[in-house]
Amino acid sequence: MWQYLTDSYNWSGNEGIWARILQHLWYTFAALGLSTVIALPIGLRIGHTRHGAFLAINLGNAARALPSLGLLMIAVLLTNEIGFLPVLIALVALGIPPILASTYAGLSGVDPATIDAARGMGMTGREILTKVEIPIALPLIISGVRSATLQIVSTATIAALVSLGGLGRYVVDGLKLRDFPQMFTGALLVALLAIALDAVFALIARVTVSEGLKIG
Amino acid sequence: MSWIGDNTGLIWDQLREHLYLAILPVIFGLIISIPLGYIATRYSWLSNPLIAFGGVLYSLPSIALFIVIPAILGTKVLSTVNIIVALTIYTVSLLIRNVIDGLRSVPPDVRQSAIAVGYGSLHRVVAVDLPIAVPVIFAGLRVVTVANISMVSVGAVIGIGGLGELFTLGFQKDFLTPVVVGVVLSLLLALCADLIIVTLQRVLTPWARVASPVGEVA
Repeated sequence: MWQYLTDSYNWSGNEGIWARILQHLWYTFAALGLSTVIALPIGLRIGHTRHGAFLAINLGNAARALPSLGLLMIAVLLTNEIGFLPVLIALVALGIPPILASTYAGLSGVDPATIDAARGMGMTGREILTKVEIPIALPLIISGVRSATLQIVSTATIAALVSLGGLGRYVVDGLKLRDFPQMFTGALLVALLAIALDAVFALIARVTVSEGLKIG
Repeated sequence: MSWIGDNTGLIWDQLREHLYLAILPVIFGLIISIPLGYIATRYSWLSNPLIAFGGVLYSLPSIALFIVIPAILGTKVLSTVNIIVALTIYTVSLLIRNVIDGLRSVPPDVRQSAIAVGYGSLHRVVAVDLPIAVPVIFAGLRVVTVANISMVSVGAVIGIGGLGELFTLGFQKDFLTPVVVGVVLSLLLALCADLIIVTLQRVLTPWARVASPVGEVA
């Protein structure tokens, strides 16, 4: 494995390690962005109005049990396309439940007295949402996005199964050729990428969370 | 539909393998994390590092673990042991937090009463502390069991994955039925396992029904 990693030939070019990492990150962020765009507004709406919570929570839990690999294959066979779209569908389905659940949990955890106080000061519903509820729920929302990221980055490996790139290429090709050093390389790089992204989110959480929340 | 009729043997075998690969790690994980959690509450400086370490382990991609474990253990890459060890690691890394939180949720006066009426420390843990911790531990158990059931199929990428093998089969033959069968059975398996755990929890905590007739909502 060391030999594979230290050979500079393996790092450069269209099929080099850097290119694979960038592809992997592209799948991850595309899926993460789309999951957030879908799950965040729904979670905010449910958390703010408290309507439909039961449905959202249970659908979210059931979706957690969906095997991504099976979903990917169904997406491939239904869209009749081998490539980016089915991968995106499978990864977005993976990312939505944690973001939805934690956004809802964050908003519903806001002390009703705080909301009453905000209303008493004359804030409108929208102001309560953007100036009170979201800042207070932010740590939980970020932790939801964080766990969605972890799951997506590790599962993006399956993109290689439908002949896309990414770090999964090393795992899939290595398996086919019984080239285990290559498989280890892929596995290790995915793990390192996951740990690096997790560290980035830990930093974001530290920077964006309101000072007032840290004191309590 | 006729594919299902012609392949019940195969489907049944994969279902059994799936169940075995997902549930065994939950049992091992529970056996490991309860004493570990107990030690961590006894020596409380251990709890935070343990929980943090669990978080890091849980963030490792399953596919990576499935491949790296044989290198560490010296097992064959295509051995089911790798899947079981990997999922046991996930189970422990997630459950450890719930065991610690659960044991911490035992009210001190309850603990002191148990000591006062003469419980020895081991007897107290088994007969008093653990039963009180059941709801918190079981909340984690539900999450980890469902996660394991859906994670087993990832093993199909490296050739062992219970129902996941139906996914690769369907993909190779450009044929939807086996994939749908695999997904549906996997979902049903998760649902059944979840129901069993919830039922078990109700049986283990008969007092919860008196307190809240609706039952525990996780």
